[in-house]
Amino acid sequence: MVRVAVGVKRVIDYAVKIRVKPDGSGVVKDSVKHSMNPFCEIAVEEAVRLKEKKIAKEIVAFTIGPKQSAETLRTALAMGCDRGVHVNVDQAQLDALTPLQISKMAAKIAETEAADLLLMGKLAIDGDYGQTAAMTAAILDWPQATNLYSLQHNGDSATVEREIDGGLETNEIKTPAVLSVDLRINQPRYATLPNIMKAKKKKVKAVKPADLGVDVAPTLNVIKVAEPPVRAAGEIVEDVDTLISKLKDAGRI
Amino acid sequence: MKRVILQKSNFLKQGVRAAGSKPIPDRSDSFVFGLFNGEINPKNIFPYPSVFNQEQVDELNELFSASFDAFDGTNEALENDLRGDLDPEMVQMLRDFGLFGMQVPEELGGLGMSNVQMARMSEIGGELDLGVSIYIGAHQSIGFKAILILGTQEMKEKYLPLVASGEKIAAFCLTEPSTGSDASSVQTRAVKQEDGSYLMNGGKIWITGGGIADIFTVFAQVPVQQEDGTIKDKMTAFIVERDFGGVTHGAPEKKMGIKCSNTAEVYFDDVRIPAENMIGEVGEGFKVAMEVLNSGRYGMGATLNGTQKGLIKKATEFAANRTQFRDKIYKFGAIQEKLARMHAEQYASEAVSYLVANAMDHKTENYHLEAACGKIFASERAWHCCDETIQVMGGMGYMFEQGVEKVMRDLRIFRIFEGTNDILRLMVGLQGLQYTGQQLAPIAKAAKSPIANAPTLIKFKMDQRAKEKGSKTAVNDLKQYVDPALHPEAQKVGEAITRFEVASKKILQKFNKDIINQQFHVKRIAEAAIELFASSAVLSRATAAQKHPTANKEEEILLAKTYIFDSLKKIHGALDQLTEQDESHWKNMAELTEKMVNADSPVLGAHPTELIHK
Ligand SMILES: Cc1cc2nc3c(=O)[nH]c(=O)nc-3n(C[C@H](O)[C@H](O)[C@H](O)COP(=O)(O)OP(=O)(O)OC[C@H]3O[C@@H](n4cnc5c(N)ncnc54)[C@H](O)[C@@H]3O)c2cc1C
Repeated sequence: MVRVAVGVKRVIDYAVKIRVKPDGSGVVKDSVKHSMNPFCEIAVEEAVRLKEKKIAKEIVAFTIGPKQSAETLRTALAMGCDRGVHVNVDQAQLDALTPLQISKMAAKIAETEAADLLLMGKLAIDGDYGQTAAMTAAILDWPQATNLYSLQHNGDSATVEREIDGGLETNEIKTPAVLSVDLRINQPRYATLPNIMKAKKKKVKAVKPADLGVDVAPTLNVIKVAEPPVRAAGEIVEDVDTLISKLKDAGRI
Repeated sequence: MKRVILQKSNFLKQGVRAAGSKPIPDRSDSFVFGLFNGEINPKNIFPYPSVFNQEQVDELNELFSASFDAFDGTNEALENDLRGDLDPEMVQMLRDFGLFGMQVPEELGGLGMSNVQMARMSEIGGELDLGVSIYIGAHQSIGFKAILILGTQEMKEKYLPLVASGEKIAAFCLTEPSTGSDASSVQTRAVKQEDGSYLMNGGKIWITGGGIADIFTVFAQVPVQQEDGTIKDKMTAFIVERDFGGVTHGAPEKKMGIKCSNTAEVYFDDVRIPAENMIGEVGEGFKVAMEVLNSGRYGMGATLNGTQKGLIKKATEFAANRTQFRDKIYKFGAIQEKLARMHAEQYASEAVSYLVANAMDHKTENYHLEAACGKIFASERAWHCCDETIQVMGGMGYMFEQGVEKVMRDLRIFRIFEGTNDILRLMVGLQGLQYTGQQLAPIAKAAKSPIANAPTLIKFKMDQRAKEKGSKTAVNDLKQYVDPALHPEAQKVGEAITRFEVASKKILQKFNKDIINQQFHVKRIAEAAIELFASSAVLSRATAAQKHPTANKEEEILLAKTYIFDSLKKIHGALDQLTEQDESHWKNMAELTEKMVNADSPVLGAHPTELIHK
């Protein structure tokens, strides 16, 4: 039986209409509904199914984020993960982290937790980088399979299907490995109330980036965040002649 | 003034007791009772109770949003409405989430929630599907509530795990063909057998879950031999299992709304019930029924807060996007008036609901008038909110696919069941008046020997005159609890409380015992009491928000001002109707009704086409 590590991230809920801060420094996050990144939910579900199939003996969920991320971790525990690791960084630090720094921390956790399999979402819907799983595999020097459509674990290897342009690609991959999941691999279950309550009793280890040997000093400087330009309102004109003259005035014809 | 004016009345037996009365307290720290004496009883209202620390707030929000998302993602409200049933997948979700037994202790398989926590969770169904609210609400708020709050330990251990998991559904069986508001008149009988068990026979109607339940709380008459040898029926509560045999039910009733919730007749034919399945003692059935109904009423208010919020979101979104006459319709005064009022009323309704839930969590003895006010208030404000939402949305609001006309159909029942609003109003008015009547009793006694008791009487008269003139008011009492931004409102509400007290005492002095036959008056008194409570709740809530770090402070002041302005009009409007002229108006209406009922046809006017002048 294998030990699975699964990464989860707290992001602004997918249904929320994103607003940019007036000073252009980022998006509004205070008092905005947050939830687990949908692709992370799918990764957790896949891990829990491995446990239900008696392939996994233990699932360790980890998150890197502010204290509110504890709730996201609890959701993962309520869905069926056994333990948690919470890497504490504050919101400002998290916002400045690059996928490389995240990958270094993820790799370190996979090592310390002696994981045979690291499951992640293919991307987080806030940054949309889609780089973390691949970089983590590189740092660990493990095989990787990304954007999975299906996963079948065979003990010391896994058979996976990946969605590619025009169809599915089937691969065989040796474990330990890093796997990232796509949308259609499963339909994640809900964390139910009794399970959320029980999850409070599950163990969560708190660590700091320094404990993982990772420097979180910002390496990325965000210059400006802006709303997509709003389309200017149209105008109704009397007739074709006016239309032509207006277009000429505007320098369009 | 006699203390017992109401107890002997026939009306009480028929109506007011039926709605859930308890004995009238001598002195109460209830806010609503206090109003009738012109007093501000701050205990359960000022400052607005804060029950949680930040961690607990976060936790409740977490449970709320996890359940909201799962409910929203699983439930098909319109399909439920068309099919008249719940999808098995939805039932399973409700079970998985523990939503069939929110208040059952954790060790018996429930979520162990307080009233406030349950109220918050109830908002979900209120917003997403009122049919589901009733499906799970009737089960736990009344169905097995008697076991939860009054059952023996054995009963709890035997039944609560089964019902908390939703494996078995519970139903509350009070109503019969000849027993509606007059709850003590049940005809179903349970006769004691030689072996100590009871044999039950009778039939119940309109029982929520009647066709799907396995556990029933049933109210029946137990004949008991008196000392003088005569037999007297004593209303008694029993827990009946379908498995006892002899329990059957009718077809699901076709009805206006909450269609996924089963409503059916339930029959009991020679059902043998072991003695240990009695709740309380023989003769305590009425008390059991009232405790259950009183304790469940706040849940309706909380549920309907969710409904109001859902409607407000729909109406606001529509008004913000719909263009007519080249402008977004929310720019028009007629629409602004609707949206703002809908929100202000929701704000008030929510303020009231959580005061009641809080008072219950604090084991307050007399919360039943507040609970009744909350039920009346929420069901009527939600109805108004839905009506206005449909109006804002125009033809779109009338269309099935929008889901708002379903809300309107679903909502209508909330003014009828668990005590009709009319009956609850009479209860609020009459119990409040009786309470103040008790305070007047010493004065009435003094009046019998005016000379000896002159000082008491003179003081009373002076007090009353001062209050009538407005020099001694509840204003100062109220203002001390209210944010300065709302002092003008607190001033007016305080003055209205004093006017209300004077008006209450006046009509009590005028009608004395006969007040029980003066429903026109009592209804106005109740109306004013409900609004005074709501306005005070709003003052308290908005004041607390001013001290909260992230609340929308200015907006809450606006909401409060908007609500109280309207509310004061209603209060004074109601109190204005207690004059001599109004009395002759009531008499006219009584006479007209008499004639309608006794004429060949109740429609009395000659048809306009038949009005020949020549
Ligand atoms: C969908 C649905 C579900 C229900 N579920 C349940 C359930 O689970 N369990 C259960 O036991 N019952 C249930 N009921 C019954 C419900 O509680 C009753 O309908 C309600 O109590 C009112 O009784 P009634 O319909 O007999 O009206 P009535 O008591 O006949 O009243 C008719 C009208 O007269 C008024 N009235 C009556 N008496 C007086 C008075 N003294 N003074 C002034 N006005 C008066 C009432 O306010 C009302 O307007 C349900 C009903 C419905 C429609």
